[in-house]
Amino acid sequence: MDAVLQVNHLSKSFGSHEVLRDIDFTVKKGDVTSIIGASGSGKSTLLRCINLLETPSKGEIFFHGENVAARGVNPTAYRSKVGMVFQNFNLFSNMTVLQNCMVGQTKVLKRQEKDAKETALQFLHKVGMTPYINAKPRQLSGGQKQRVAIARALAMDPEVLLFDEPTSALDPEMVGEVLTVMRSLAGEGLTMLVVTHEMAFARDVSNHVVFMREGVIWEEGGPQEIFVNPQRDETKEFLSRFMER
Amino acid sequence: MEKLTQLFEDIVKLWGAYGGWSGQYMVGIRRTLLLAVAATLIGCLIGLLCGILNTIPYSKSDNIVKRFFLKLIRVVVRIYVEVFRGTPMILQAVFIFYGIPYFSGVQPFQGNTGMWMAALLVVSINTGAYMAESVRGGIISIDPGQTEGAKAIGMTHVQTMVNVVLPQALRNIIPQIGNNFIINLKDTSVMFIIGFVEFFATHRSIVGINLMYFPSATIEMIGYLTMTLVSSILLRWLEKKLDGDDNYELVQADQLTLAAGTYSHPHTPEKALERSLKKEEER
Repeated sequence: MDAVLQVNHLSKSFGSHEVLRDIDFTVKKGDVTSIIGASGSGKSTLLRCINLLETPSKGEIFFHGENVAARGVNPTAYRSKVGMVFQNFNLFSNMTVLQNCMVGQTKVLKRQEKDAKETALQFLHKVGMTPYINAKPRQLSGGQKQRVAIARALAMDPEVLLFDEPTSALDPEMVGEVLTVMRSLAGEGLTMLVVTHEMAFARDVSNHVVFMREGVIWEEGGPQEIFVNPQRDETKEFLSRFMER
Repeated sequence: MEKLTQLFEDIVKLWGAYGGWSGQYMVGIRRTLLLAVAATLIGCLIGLLCGILNTIPYSKSDNIVKRFFLKLIRVVVRIYVEVFRGTPMILQAVFIFYGIPYFSGVQPFQGNTGMWMAALLVVSINTGAYMAESVRGGIISIDPGQTEGAKAIGMTHVQTMVNVVLPQALRNIIPQIGNNFIINLKDTSVMFIIGFVEFFATHRSIVGINLMYFPSATIEMIGYLTMTLVSSILLRWLEKKLDGDDNYELVQADQLTLAAGTYSHPHTPEKALERSLKKEEER
Protein backbone atom coordinates (compact mmCIF):
# COMPACT_ATOMS: atom_id res chain seq x y z
CA MET A 1 0.00 0.00 0.00
CA ASP A 2 1.41 3.39 -0.91
CA ALA A 3 -0.39 5.46 1.73
CA VAL A 4 1.94 8.20 2.91
CA LEU A 5 -0.35 9.48 5.63
CA GLN A 6 -3.19 7.69 7.26
CA VAL A 7 -5.36 9.35 9.87
CA ASN A 8 -7.40 7.08 12.12
CA HIS A 9 -10.21 8.17 14.47
CA LEU A 10 -8.54 11.52 15.09
CA SER A 11 -10.24 13.78 17.63
CA LYS A 12 -9.20 17.08 19.10
CA SER A 13 -10.82 19.11 21.84
CA PHE A 14 -9.87 22.44 23.35
CA GLY A 15 -11.23 22.13 26.87
CA SER A 16 -14.78 20.86 26.56
CA HIS A 17 -15.08 22.12 23.00
CA GLU A 18 -14.64 19.31 20.53
CA VAL A 19 -13.18 20.72 17.31
CA LEU A 20 -12.50 17.47 15.48
CA ARG A 21 -14.47 14.26 15.86
CA ASP A 22 -13.39 10.87 14.63
CA ILE A 23 -11.59 11.91 11.45
CA ASP A 24 -10.48 9.14 9.10
CA PHE A 25 -8.71 9.63 5.84
CA THR A 26 -5.75 8.55 3.77
CA VAL A 27 -3.28 10.45 1.63
CA LYS A 28 -1.54 8.43 -1.06
CA LYS A 29 1.69 9.33 -2.78
CA GLY A 30 1.07 11.97 -5.42
CA ASP A 31 -2.39 12.85 -4.10
CA VAL A 32 -3.51 16.44 -4.11
CA THR A 33 -6.17 16.60 -1.41
CA SER A 34 -8.21 19.74 -0.88
CA ILE A 35 -9.97 20.28 2.43
CA ILE A 36 -12.89 22.68 2.09
CA GLY A 37 -15.54 23.88 4.48
CA ALA A 38 -16.82 26.93 6.32
CA SER A 39 -14.69 28.81 8.85
CA GLY A 40 -14.67 27.03 12.19
CA SER A 41 -15.32 23.63 10.67
CA GLY A 42 -11.97 22.35 11.93
CA LYS A 43 -10.00 22.33 8.66
CA SER A 44 -6.99 24.21 9.95
CA THR A 45 -6.98 22.33 13.25
CA LEU A 46 -6.91 19.08 11.30
CA LEU A 47 -3.89 20.25 9.32
CA ARG A 48 -2.14 21.46 12.48
CA CYS A 49 -2.82 18.10 14.14
CA ILE A 50 -1.29 16.31 11.18
CA ASN A 51 1.89 18.35 11.60
CA LEU A 52 1.67 17.86 15.39
CA LEU A 53 1.57 21.60 15.99
CA GLU A 54 -1.53 20.64 17.96
CA THR A 55 -1.52 17.45 19.96
CA PRO A 56 -4.45 15.25 18.96
CA SER A 57 -6.68 14.29 21.89
CA LYS A 58 -7.42 10.88 20.48
CA GLY A 59 -6.58 8.81 17.43
CA GLU A 60 -3.58 7.88 15.37
CA ILE A 61 -1.62 9.42 12.52
CA PHE A 62 0.39 6.90 10.53
CA PHE A 63 3.29 8.18 8.47
CA HIS A 64 4.57 5.29 6.35
CA GLY A 65 3.02 2.92 8.86
CA GLU A 66 4.49 4.53 11.98
CA ASN A 67 2.15 6.18 14.45
CA VAL A 68 3.62 9.64 14.95
CA ALA A 69 0.84 10.73 17.31
CA ALA A 70 1.87 8.13 19.89
CA ARG A 71 3.23 9.29 23.23
CA GLY A 72 6.98 9.61 23.39
CA VAL A 73 7.48 10.05 19.65
CA ASN A 74 9.85 12.92 18.92
CA PRO A 75 8.03 15.07 16.38
CA THR A 76 11.04 16.91 14.92
CA ALA A 77 12.26 14.20 12.54
CA TYR A 78 8.72 13.64 11.28
CA ARG A 79 8.10 17.37 10.82
CA SER A 80 11.20 17.73 8.66
CA LYS A 81 9.59 15.30 6.19
CA VAL A 82 6.19 16.97 6.22
CA GLY A 83 6.40 20.57 5.10
CA MET A 84 3.92 23.24 6.04
CA VAL A 85 2.95 26.51 4.40
CA PHE A 86 1.06 28.90 6.68
CA GLN A 87 -1.64 31.45 6.10
CA ASN A 88 0.59 34.16 7.59
CA PHE A 89 3.78 32.93 5.90
CA ASN A 90 5.77 32.75 9.16
CA LEU A 91 9.03 33.59 7.45
CA PHE A 92 11.86 34.23 9.91
CA SER A 93 12.01 38.00 10.08
CA ASN A 94 15.63 38.11 11.25
CA MET A 95 16.89 36.39 8.10
CA THR A 96 17.07 37.18 4.42
CA VAL A 97 15.07 35.25 1.84
CA LEU A 98 18.05 33.01 1.08
CA GLN A 99 18.81 32.36 4.76
CA ASN A 100 15.15 31.48 5.33
CA CYS A 101 15.46 28.74 2.74
CA MET A 102 18.83 27.51 4.03
CA VAL A 103 18.54 27.41 7.83
CA GLY A 104 16.38 24.28 7.96
CA GLN A 105 18.69 22.45 5.58
CA THR A 106 21.87 23.26 7.46
CA LYS A 107 20.54 22.95 11.03
CA VAL A 108 17.99 20.15 10.70
CA LEU A 109 19.16 18.12 7.70
CA LYS A 110 22.84 18.96 8.44
CA ARG A 111 23.57 19.71 4.81
CA GLN A 112 26.74 21.51 3.80
CA GLU A 113 26.40 25.28 3.42
CA LYS A 114 27.21 25.04 -0.28
CA ASP A 115 24.67 22.29 -1.02
CA ALA A 116 22.01 24.10 1.02
CA LYS A 117 22.57 27.27 -0.95
CA GLU A 118 22.35 25.43 -4.24
CA THR A 119 19.09 23.73 -3.23
CA ALA A 120 17.65 26.97 -1.88
CA LEU A 121 18.47 28.82 -5.10
CA GLN A 122 16.95 26.05 -7.18
CA PHE A 123 13.61 26.30 -5.38
CA LEU A 124 13.66 30.09 -5.19
CA HIS A 125 14.11 30.01 -8.94
CA LYS A 126 11.13 27.72 -9.25
CA VAL A 127 8.89 30.18 -7.42
CA GLY A 128 10.35 33.14 -9.29
CA MET A 129 12.02 34.77 -6.27
CA THR A 130 15.68 34.56 -7.32
CA PRO A 131 16.08 38.34 -7.63
CA TYR A 132 15.02 38.85 -4.03
CA ILE A 133 17.40 36.50 -2.21
CA ASN A 134 18.97 39.36 -0.22
CA ALA A 135 15.70 40.95 0.87
CA LYS A 136 14.27 40.68 4.37
CA PRO A 137 10.70 39.37 4.66
CA ARG A 138 9.38 42.78 5.78
CA GLN A 139 10.48 44.20 2.42
CA LEU A 140 8.33 41.79 0.40
CA SER A 141 4.69 41.75 -0.62
CA GLY A 142 2.35 39.06 0.70
CA GLY A 143 2.44 37.03 -2.48
CA GLN A 144 6.22 37.17 -2.59
CA LYS A 145 6.44 36.09 1.05
CA GLN A 146 4.19 33.13 0.41
CA ARG A 147 6.26 32.03 -2.58
CA VAL A 148 9.40 32.20 -0.41
CA ALA A 149 7.59 30.19 2.27
CA ILE A 150 6.80 27.55 -0.35
CA ALA A 151 10.43 27.50 -1.48
CA ARG A 152 11.55 27.17 2.16
CA ALA A 153 9.29 24.16 2.64
CA LEU A 154 10.34 22.57 -0.66
CA ALA A 155 14.04 22.96 0.13
CA MET A 156 13.57 20.38 2.89
CA ASP A 157 12.55 17.79 0.27
CA PRO A 158 9.28 17.02 2.05
CA GLU A 159 7.30 13.92 1.21
CA VAL A 160 4.06 15.75 1.87
CA LEU A 161 3.43 19.47 1.79
CA LEU A 162 0.61 20.89 3.91
CA PHE A 163 -0.93 24.22 2.94
CA ASP A 164 -2.99 26.07 5.57
CA GLU A 165 -5.14 28.56 3.63
CA PRO A 166 -2.09 29.80 1.71
CA THR A 167 -3.94 32.54 -0.14
CA SER A 168 -6.37 33.76 2.53
CA ALA A 169 -4.14 36.58 3.81
CA LEU A 170 -3.30 37.86 0.33
CA ASP A 171 -4.67 40.72 -1.71
CA PRO A 172 -6.78 39.40 -4.59
CA GLU A 173 -4.21 40.31 -7.24
CA MET A 174 -1.55 38.25 -5.45
CA VAL A 175 -3.61 35.09 -5.08
CA GLY A 176 -2.89 34.14 -8.68
CA GLU A 177 0.89 34.08 -8.40
CA VAL A 178 0.75 31.71 -5.42
CA LEU A 179 -1.85 29.44 -7.01
CA THR A 180 0.26 29.23 -10.17
CA VAL A 181 3.18 27.92 -8.13
CA MET A 182 0.92 25.42 -6.36
CA ARG A 183 -0.53 24.25 -9.67
CA SER A 184 2.89 23.58 -11.11
CA LEU A 185 3.89 21.66 -7.96
CA ALA A 186 0.77 19.52 -8.25
CA GLY A 187 1.66 18.91 -11.88
CA GLU A 188 5.06 17.60 -10.84
CA GLY A 189 3.49 14.97 -8.63
CA LEU A 190 4.17 16.48 -5.20
CA THR A 191 1.89 15.06 -2.52
CA MET A 192 -0.14 17.97 -1.22
CA LEU A 193 -2.79 18.54 1.41
CA VAL A 194 -4.43 21.92 0.95
CA VAL A 195 -6.90 23.70 3.21
CA THR A 196 -8.41 26.30 0.96
CA HIS A 197 -11.29 28.60 0.11
CA GLU A 198 -10.22 28.65 -3.55
CA MET A 199 -12.92 26.43 -5.00
CA ALA A 200 -11.57 26.63 -8.54
CA PHE A 201 -8.23 25.33 -7.32
CA ALA A 202 -9.89 22.52 -5.35
CA ARG A 203 -11.99 21.56 -8.35
CA ASP A 204 -9.35 21.76 -11.08
CA VAL A 205 -6.12 20.74 -9.37
CA SER A 206 -6.94 18.24 -6.64
CA ASN A 207 -7.83 14.63 -7.19
CA HIS A 208 -9.46 14.26 -3.79
CA VAL A 209 -11.77 16.71 -2.05
CA VAL A 210 -12.77 16.57 1.61
CA PHE A 211 -15.71 18.66 2.78
CA MET A 212 -15.65 19.32 6.51
CA ARG A 213 -18.51 20.52 8.66
CA GLU A 214 -18.74 20.83 12.44
CA GLY A 215 -15.51 18.93 13.00
CA VAL A 216 -16.34 15.86 10.96
CA ILE A 217 -15.73 14.80 7.38
CA TRP A 218 -19.18 15.41 5.94
CA GLU A 219 -18.46 14.22 2.45
CA GLU A 220 -15.42 13.27 0.42
CA GLY A 221 -14.58 12.08 -3.04
CA GLY A 222 -13.13 13.10 -6.36
CA PRO A 223 -13.62 16.69 -7.49
CA GLN A 224 -16.35 15.57 -9.91
CA GLU A 225 -18.30 13.86 -7.17
CA ILE A 226 -18.12 16.79 -4.77
CA PHE A 227 -18.47 19.72 -7.13
CA VAL A 228 -20.75 18.32 -9.81
CA ASN A 229 -22.72 15.73 -7.97
CA PRO A 230 -22.68 16.35 -4.20
CA GLN A 231 -24.77 13.86 -2.23
CA ARG A 232 -25.61 15.74 0.95
CA ASP A 233 -27.70 18.86 1.29
CA GLU A 234 -25.14 20.73 3.43
CA THR A 235 -22.44 20.19 0.81
CA LYS A 236 -24.75 21.55 -1.88
CA GLU A 237 -25.64 24.53 0.24
CA PHE A 238 -21.99 25.32 1.07
CA LEU A 239 -20.94 25.06 -2.57
CA SER A 240 -23.85 27.13 -3.85
CA ARG A 241 -22.96 29.89 -1.40
CA PHE A 242 -19.41 29.87 -2.73
CA MET A 243 -20.34 29.77 -6.35
CA GLU A 244 -22.63 32.77 -5.98
CA ARG A 245 -19.76 35.03 -4.93
CA MET B 1 26.09 86.91 38.02
CA GLU B 2 28.63 87.46 40.71
CA LYS B 3 27.68 84.15 42.28
CA LEU B 4 27.99 82.37 38.95
CA THR B 5 31.49 83.68 38.41
CA GLN B 6 32.38 82.59 41.91
CA LEU B 7 30.98 79.13 41.21
CA PHE B 8 33.02 78.96 38.03
CA GLU B 9 36.16 79.96 39.90
CA ASP B 10 35.49 77.41 42.63
CA ILE B 11 35.01 74.67 40.07
CA VAL B 12 38.26 75.61 38.37
CA LYS B 13 39.98 75.56 41.74
CA LEU B 14 38.53 72.15 42.61
CA TRP B 15 39.32 70.71 39.23
CA GLY B 16 42.85 72.08 39.52
CA ALA B 17 43.31 70.24 42.80
CA TYR B 18 41.42 67.00 42.15
CA GLY B 19 40.67 66.97 38.40
CA GLY B 20 42.81 66.05 35.46
CA TRP B 21 43.39 62.64 33.96
CA SER B 22 44.81 61.03 37.08
CA GLY B 23 42.96 63.21 39.61
CA GLN B 24 40.44 61.81 42.07
CA TYR B 25 37.38 62.80 39.99
CA MET B 26 38.65 60.98 36.92
CA VAL B 27 39.57 57.90 38.93
CA GLY B 28 36.04 57.98 40.32
CA ILE B 29 34.54 58.25 36.84
CA ARG B 30 36.65 55.35 35.58
CA ARG B 31 35.60 53.16 38.49
CA THR B 32 31.94 54.06 38.00
CA LEU B 33 32.13 53.27 34.29
CA LEU B 34 33.99 50.02 34.82
CA LEU B 35 31.58 48.84 37.52
CA ALA B 36 28.52 49.81 35.45
CA VAL B 37 29.78 48.14 32.28
CA ALA B 38 30.88 44.94 34.00
CA ALA B 39 27.78 44.66 36.18
CA THR B 40 25.44 45.32 33.24
CA LEU B 41 27.18 42.64 31.16
CA ILE B 42 27.07 40.05 33.94
CA GLY B 43 23.52 41.11 34.81
CA CYS B 44 22.46 40.61 31.19
CA LEU B 45 23.95 37.12 31.18
CA ILE B 46 22.09 36.26 34.39
CA GLY B 47 18.90 37.75 32.95
CA LEU B 48 19.33 35.90 29.68
CA LEU B 49 19.82 32.60 31.46
CA CYS B 50 16.79 33.15 33.71
CA GLY B 51 14.63 34.33 30.81
CA ILE B 52 15.54 31.31 28.68
CA LEU B 53 15.06 28.80 31.52
CA ASN B 54 11.77 30.45 32.36
CA THR B 55 10.32 30.02 28.89
CA ILE B 56 11.14 26.36 28.23
CA PRO B 57 7.75 24.99 27.23
CA TYR B 58 6.29 21.89 28.79
CA SER B 59 3.03 20.12 28.18
CA LYS B 60 0.91 17.66 30.07
CA SER B 61 2.30 14.84 27.96
CA ASP B 62 5.87 15.40 29.18
CA ASN B 63 7.18 13.11 31.88
CA ILE B 64 6.77 14.12 35.50
CA VAL B 65 10.48 14.65 36.25
CA LYS B 66 10.88 17.15 33.43
CA ARG B 67 7.72 18.98 34.41
CA PHE B 68 8.80 19.09 38.07
CA PHE B 69 12.20 20.56 37.25
CA LEU B 70 10.83 23.15 34.85
CA LYS B 71 8.23 24.21 37.44
CA LEU B 72 10.94 24.36 40.12
CA ILE B 73 13.13 26.55 37.89
CA ARG B 74 10.26 28.93 37.34
CA VAL B 75 9.56 29.19 41.06
CA VAL B 76 13.23 29.81 41.91
CA VAL B 77 13.58 32.49 39.21
CA ARG B 78 10.35 34.10 40.37
CA ILE B 79 11.58 34.32 43.97
CA TYR B 80 14.95 35.72 42.83
CA VAL B 81 13.29 38.39 40.70
CA GLU B 82 10.79 39.43 43.37
CA VAL B 83 13.37 39.65 46.16
CA PHE B 84 15.99 41.63 44.25
CA ARG B 85 13.57 43.83 42.39
CA GLY B 86 11.57 44.47 45.52
CA THR B 87 14.32 45.67 47.89
CA PRO B 88 16.62 48.72 47.64
CA MET B 89 20.04 48.02 46.16
CA ILE B 90 21.71 49.96 48.96
CA LEU B 91 20.16 47.56 51.46
CA GLN B 92 21.11 44.53 49.39
CA ALA B 93 24.73 45.73 49.49
CA VAL B 94 24.69 46.02 53.27
CA PHE B 95 22.80 42.74 53.62
CA ILE B 96 25.35 40.76 51.63
CA PHE B 97 28.44 42.62 52.86
CA TYR B 98 27.64 42.04 56.52
CA GLY B 99 25.51 38.94 56.11
CA ILE B 100 28.24 36.59 54.95
CA PRO B 101 30.68 37.37 57.80
CA TYR B 102 27.76 37.14 60.27
CA PHE B 103 27.32 33.47 59.41
CA SER B 104 30.85 32.42 58.46
CA GLY B 105 32.76 34.66 60.82
CA VAL B 106 35.06 35.63 57.93
CA GLN B 107 34.78 38.75 55.77
CA PRO B 108 35.32 37.46 52.21
CA PHE B 109 35.31 40.96 50.72
CA GLN B 110 38.63 42.38 51.88
CA GLY B 111 40.83 45.06 50.45
CA ASN B 112 40.43 46.66 47.08
CA THR B 113 39.69 43.39 45.26
CA GLY B 114 37.12 42.40 47.87
CA MET B 115 35.38 45.72 47.50
CA TRP B 116 35.21 45.29 43.73
CA MET B 117 33.85 41.76 44.14
CA ALA B 118 31.15 42.88 46.56
CA ALA B 119 30.07 45.84 44.43
CA LEU B 120 30.09 43.78 41.24
CA LEU B 121 28.11 41.00 42.88
CA VAL B 122 25.38 43.28 44.21
CA VAL B 123 24.92 45.38 41.07
CA SER B 124 25.05 42.32 38.77
CA ILE B 125 22.47 40.37 40.75
CA ASN B 126 20.25 43.42 40.86
CA THR B 127 20.54 44.03 37.11
CA GLY B 128 19.96 40.32 36.48
CA ALA B 129 16.63 40.47 38.30
CA TYR B 130 15.40 43.27 36.06
CA MET B 131 16.84 41.71 32.90
CA ALA B 132 15.24 38.33 33.66
CA GLU B 133 11.85 39.94 33.26
CA SER B 134 12.91 41.91 30.18
CA VAL B 135 14.25 38.80 28.47
CA ARG B 136 11.14 36.81 29.34
CA GLY B 137 9.02 39.63 27.93
CA GLY B 138 11.23 39.82 24.84
CA ILE B 139 10.87 36.10 24.20
CA ILE B 140 7.11 35.87 24.68
CA SER B 141 6.56 38.98 22.56
CA ILE B 142 7.94 37.25 19.46
CA ASP B 143 5.07 36.20 17.19
CA PRO B 144 4.21 32.52 17.89
CA GLY B 145 4.17 32.12 14.11
CA GLN B 146 7.98 32.38 14.14
CA THR B 147 8.20 29.40 16.47
CA GLU B 148 5.64 27.46 14.45
CA GLY B 149 7.52 28.17 11.24
CA ALA B 150 10.68 26.82 12.84
CA LYS B 151 8.92 23.78 14.29
CA ALA B 152 7.33 23.05 10.93
CA ILE B 153 10.72 22.57 9.29
CA GLY B 154 11.74 20.21 12.09
CA MET B 155 13.76 22.45 14.38
CA THR B 156 14.12 21.48 18.03
CA HIS B 157 13.34 23.96 20.80
CA VAL B 158 17.04 24.81 21.19
CA GLN B 159 17.53 25.33 17.45
CA THR B 160 14.41 27.49 17.31
CA MET B 161 15.60 29.65 20.20
CA VAL B 162 19.17 30.05 18.94
CA ASN B 163 18.35 30.71 15.29
CA VAL B 164 14.98 32.38 15.29
CA VAL B 165 13.57 33.61 18.60
CA LEU B 166 16.58 34.92 20.55
CA PRO B 167 18.08 37.04 17.76
CA GLN B 168 14.74 38.82 17.46
CA ALA B 169 14.09 38.98 21.21
CA LEU B 170 17.55 40.37 21.92
CA ARG B 171 17.13 43.04 19.29
CA ASN B 172 13.88 44.04 21.00
CA ILE B 173 15.36 44.26 24.48
CA ILE B 174 18.39 46.36 23.53
CA PRO B 175 16.57 49.53 24.67
CA GLN B 176 16.03 47.75 28.02
CA ILE B 177 19.71 46.88 28.27
CA GLY B 178 20.56 50.52 27.58
CA ASN B 179 18.07 51.59 30.21
CA ASN B 180 19.66 49.30 32.77
CA PHE B 181 23.13 50.47 31.89
CA ILE B 182 22.18 54.10 32.44
CA ILE B 183 20.44 53.23 35.71
CA ASN B 184 23.59 51.38 36.76
CA LEU B 185 25.83 54.35 35.93
CA LYS B 186 23.84 56.38 38.44
CA ASP B 187 22.91 53.75 41.01
CA THR B 188 26.40 52.38 41.50
CA SER B 189 26.70 55.52 43.66
CA VAL B 190 24.98 53.68 46.52
CA MET B 191 27.99 51.38 46.75
CA PHE B 192 29.66 54.04 48.93
CA ILE B 193 27.76 52.33 51.76
CA ILE B 194 30.19 49.41 51.69
CA GLY B 195 33.17 51.64 51.10
CA PHE B 196 33.45 51.32 47.32
CA VAL B 197 34.94 54.60 46.10
CA GLU B 198 33.38 55.56 42.77
CA PHE B 199 32.47 58.94 41.32
CA PHE B 200 29.97 59.97 43.99
CA ALA B 201 32.08 58.67 46.88
CA THR B 202 34.93 60.78 45.47
CA HIS B 203 32.74 63.83 45.95
CA ARG B 204 32.07 62.84 49.57
CA SER B 205 35.73 62.44 50.37
CA ILE B 206 36.72 65.70 48.63
CA VAL B 207 34.08 67.88 50.30
CA GLY B 208 34.92 66.25 53.59
CA ILE B 209 38.23 68.07 53.40
CA ASN B 210 37.39 71.45 51.88
CA LEU B 211 33.63 71.79 52.44
CA MET B 212 33.02 73.05 48.87
CA TYR B 213 29.75 71.13 48.65
CA PHE B 214 27.98 72.95 45.85
CA PRO B 215 30.85 73.42 43.36
CA SER B 216 31.78 69.76 43.78
CA ALA B 217 28.15 68.70 43.35
CA THR B 218 28.05 70.72 40.12
CA ILE B 219 31.07 68.84 38.84
CA GLU B 220 29.30 65.59 39.77
CA MET B 221 26.14 66.62 37.92
CA ILE B 222 28.08 67.49 34.78
CA GLY B 223 30.11 64.29 35.06
CA TYR B 224 27.08 61.98 35.42
CA LEU B 225 25.15 63.77 32.66
CA THR B 226 28.09 63.47 30.29
CA MET B 227 28.37 59.74 30.97
CA THR B 228 24.66 59.08 30.48
CA LEU B 229 24.32 61.28 27.38
CA VAL B 230 27.30 59.69 25.64
CA SER B 231 25.90 56.24 26.49
CA SER B 232 22.50 57.17 25.08
CA ILE B 233 24.03 58.30 21.82
CA LEU B 234 26.20 55.19 21.52
CA LEU B 235 23.22 52.93 22.23
CA ARG B 236 21.08 54.62 19.57
CA TRP B 237 23.88 54.24 17.07
CA LEU B 238 24.26 50.56 17.96
CA GLU B 239 20.53 49.95 17.51
CA LYS B 240 20.56 51.56 14.09
CA LYS B 241 23.57 49.54 13.09
CA LEU B 242 21.89 46.28 14.17
CA ASP B 243 18.76 47.00 12.16
CA GLY B 244 20.78 46.87 8.99
CA ASP B 245 20.18 48.49 5.68
CA ASP B 246 16.65 49.45 4.69
CA ASN B 247 17.41 48.69 1.06
CA TYR B 248 18.37 45.50 -0.66
CA GLU B 249 19.98 44.68 -3.96
CA LEU B 250 18.02 42.86 -6.62
CA VAL B 251 20.09 39.99 -7.87
CA GLN B 252 20.35 39.89 -11.61
CA ALA B 253 19.62 36.30 -12.50
CA ASP B 254 19.65 34.68 -15.90
CA GLN B 255 17.37 36.10 -18.55
CA LEU B 256 14.82 33.33 -18.36
CA THR B 257 14.05 33.98 -14.71
CA LEU B 258 10.76 35.74 -14.51
CA ALA B 259 10.52 38.76 -12.26
CA ALA B 260 8.00 38.54 -9.45
CA GLY B 261 5.17 40.48 -11.02
CA THR B 262 5.23 38.76 -14.36
CA TYR B 263 5.24 35.25 -13.03
CA SER B 264 1.49 34.95 -12.72
CA HIS B 265 0.75 36.89 -15.86
CA PRO B 266 -1.72 34.83 -17.93
CA HIS B 267 0.37 35.13 -21.08
CA THR B 268 3.49 33.82 -19.40
CA PRO B 269 4.01 30.33 -20.72
CA GLU B 270 4.87 28.07 -17.83
CA LYS B 271 6.80 26.01 -20.32
CA ALA B 272 9.43 28.74 -20.52
CA LEU B 273 10.12 28.28 -16.86
CA GLU B 274 10.34 24.55 -17.15
CA ARG B 275 12.71 24.89 -20.06
CA SER B 276 14.94 27.21 -18.08
CA LEU B 277 14.98 24.77 -15.19
CA LYS B 278 15.87 21.89 -17.49
CA LYS B 279 18.69 23.91 -18.97
CA GLU B 280 20.07 24.56 -15.54
CA GLU B 281 19.92 20.90 -14.67
CA GLU B 282 21.83 20.01 -17.79
CA ARG B 283 24.53 22.50 -16.98
